[in-house]
Amino acid sequence: MNILVCISKVPDTTTKISFTDNNTKFNTAGVQYIVNPSDEWYALVRGLELKEALGGSVTIITVGLAEDDAIIRKALAIGADEAVRVNADPADSYFVAAQIAAYAKTKNFDLILTGKETIDHNNAEVGGMIAEMVGMEFVSPVNKLDVNGNVARMESEVGGATFVLEAELPLVISAAKGMADQRIPNMRGIMAARTKPINVVEPQGVQPLVKVAAFEMPPAKAGVKMIDPENMDELVQLLHNEAKVI
Amino acid sequence: MSVLVYVEAVGGKIKKAGFEGVSYGKQAANQMGTGVTAVLFGAADAAEVASLGNYGATKVLHASGDAFNTFESNAFADAMSAAAEKEGSTLLIFPFDNSGRALAPRLSARMGAGLVSGATAYPEISGNTLKVKKNVFSGKAIAQVEIATDKKIISFTPNSTGIQEVGGSAAVEAFSPAVKSSKIKLVEVQKQEGEIPLPEAELVVSAGRGMKGPEHWGVIEEMAKVLGAATACSRPVADIGWRPHHEHVGQTGITVRPNLYIAIGISGAIQHLAGVNQSKTIVVINKDPEAPFFKAADYGVIGDAFDVAPRLLEAFKKFKANQN
Repeated sequence: MNILVCISKVPDTTTKISFTDNNTKFNTAGVQYIVNPSDEWYALVRGLELKEALGGSVTIITVGLAEDDAIIRKALAIGADEAVRVNADPADSYFVAAQIAAYAKTKNFDLILTGKETIDHNNAEVGGMIAEMVGMEFVSPVNKLDVNGNVARMESEVGGATFVLEAELPLVISAAKGMADQRIPNMRGIMAARTKPINVVEPQGVQPLVKVAAFEMPPAKAGVKMIDPENMDELVQLLHNEAKVI
Repeated sequence: MSVLVYVEAVGGKIKKAGFEGVSYGKQAANQMGTGVTAVLFGAADAAEVASLGNYGATKVLHASGDAFNTFESNAFADAMSAAAEKEGSTLLIFPFDNSGRALAPRLSARMGAGLVSGATAYPEISGNTLKVKKNVFSGKAIAQVEIATDKKIISFTPNSTGIQEVGGSAAVEAFSPAVKSSKIKLVEVQKQEGEIPLPEAELVVSAGRGMKGPEHWGVIEEMAKVLGAATACSRPVADIGWRPHHEHVGQTGITVRPNLYIAIGISGAIQHLAGVNQSKTIVVINKDPEAPFFKAADYGVIGDAFDVAPRLLEAFKKFKANQN
């Protein structure tokens, strides 16, 4: 069971977002980075659980520059066996997917796992693009994943129903809430991660398809209107007459 | 040439996001001086199919065979690329829901088409360049994304730009493209009976740790029932098992964009706000006047959930009774 887990570096969830260069670039000053939560909590941890149960190995891959080694070490400390960093700035989802697909084609992975979406650009694009590029099927979102022999059994929660699916490996899967629980790295894992090699590969020449022209901040809220807790009829009337939502 | 819009019918009814998608496509098509072709997946009667014309579709390709009655991303992606070829389409529109998330990236990679996922406004099209806004950093900022490839795909966030009736009519054609068979087998579908699916809900009643235990959720569920709302919860509540995971709203759970989000006993951690800050109207009920959620709220009530929630429930009941 050889599993590739795609991870992305994102600003910590509590980061105050601002921009520089005339609102064209994300202001990285003072920003703490983490492994994208759904990549780490769901895709990586479930990958590790499957490996622990069935044998094999878990390789993590990210597209980024040398500063990304810190989040790669974190993923290694949680338990990944090997790490690959494609040495390039992740220009857009298509560029990232093309790099990962090119690497994946040189290996025989049974499963390629991505998190449901990153918390920076909220695109949810890379998994589907990889599937297309490597010619595998793609299942999204997957909230539960088990593997029996070479058959994956998945649960996908969509539109108020749970779809139970089965498919032969290999597959590309978008991992969502429910698949696994966050795992805190222990001291042994952290020590072991220091000496695990990071395999740095040079990027394929691929042109991105989109670019961010500018960022802006959302319009500020008008301010909260406080209602007396004794007077819930007033709140209901405001929701009906003013907000017009009921 | 026409703008191609992905539309789904479930149980014979076209989904609301389908009508919104056609309206969205119509706005783009007007800028491009072309028409809108809707590709409809799933069975629906003639009147229902024809109704797409009212929102701006000039043509409907209706894919209604067995292969298209249940969502299957490979078959549906094949059908959309066949339709794009048949219509000579350079712009494809999807809703940014679970279907769009599965299909649009595949087609982007297949067609070399620049993709913007989660657009929240209409595009601005000038020559071969298209710019469109989307939320980034979980709603903490907005990005204007530019596509300059010849083929382009937009998936729009449902309930962002709305449905516009234009009163036109559409020519309907049966559509049965060849699609690859899938190795993914549907074993069973477990319906969550009687519940309104959270991602599509227009009204949401959500509660957090302030409820003190799962046995106190009766008032939340009843309020949701009275309003016809979906129920949701904060992450701690899902993590300790008081509520199911699929109710968890926030950065790592589900992002919602309802017309009304009522938060009861939720302090409003930044990760929770990221999942709800696109809601049109937010009501916050919390006993802590310093709760950060009040800063994101439109209406606030300072009070204990155990006092205020039952009173609000009674007020909603009275309101509903007077309406009938």
